[in-house]
Amino acid sequence: MQQDHPRMTVTSEGGVTVVELTDRKILDEVNISRISERLQGLVAKAESPKFVLDFSSVMHMSSSALGMLITLHKRVREKKGQLRLSGIQPAIYEVFVITRLNEIFEITESVEKALKTLS
Amino acid sequence: MPNAFSRIEDLETTVVILSELAAAHEAEKALLARVACCRYSDAATFAIKLALEEGMNNAIKHGNKFDADKTVELVYDISEDRAIITITDQGCGFNPSAVPDPTVDENLEKPTGRGVMLMHAYMDEVAYNATGNQVRMVKRNT
Repeated sequence: MQQDHPRMTVTSEGGVTVVELTDRKILDEVNISRISERLQGLVAKAESPKFVLDFSSVMHMSSSALGMLITLHKRVREKKGQLRLSGIQPAIYEVFVITRLNEIFEITESVEKALKTLS
Repeated sequence: MPNAFSRIEDLETTVVILSELAAAHEAEKALLARVACCRYSDAATFAIKLALEEGMNNAIKHGNKFDADKTVELVYDISEDRAIITITDQGCGFNPSAVPDPTVDENLEKPTGRGVMLMHAYMDEVAYNATGNQVRMVKRNT
């Protein structure tokens, strides 16, 4: 099953929701709010959500986008779910390292590797 | 003989925008086009884009609080070796040294408070005026 959205593509693989973020830039607050609403809606529907967010297409992110991910992560944990971030470009990964967010998120190189870590 | 088209001369540009993110986006695009013309490295371009976005966002959101009667002034001077960007809002300013460190354990999972820290991390120089409503940033093209 596949569902398209202007800013993301959502697929389901063996009980895991894979969300590919299709914007090259996740910077401004309006876009971030839209992405956040969509992701929070998907999490709300799931009982014990398992999510992979694929950042392969994303070249730029702002601190507001990081905040959105932190809020999403908390919500997933509250529902005893699991969240993986995958395909993060090296320049953006450096932002995660500088902010130490690589320590709170589980980050994998690819969606395939993320799916293997989700039991 | 120097090629007349090989060097873009220093030129300071001033743009005044309303406190709207869409207006900021347009101003940022023009600045980044100049960065591209000056052939900045990928790393320097990434840094400028990130710091510019954070600085403009802070000015509109935290400085002017989206007040339609207030403006943001963006001044930039981009040459082939360094970019100087100054952003001034019409808010009452803030004390940058009082911003909590987002990388200490107790703040790690707070969703806000990383913009100022990232500007410092990515730019070579970041300085605020005494009021705290103006930030001047420098990035060298290395």
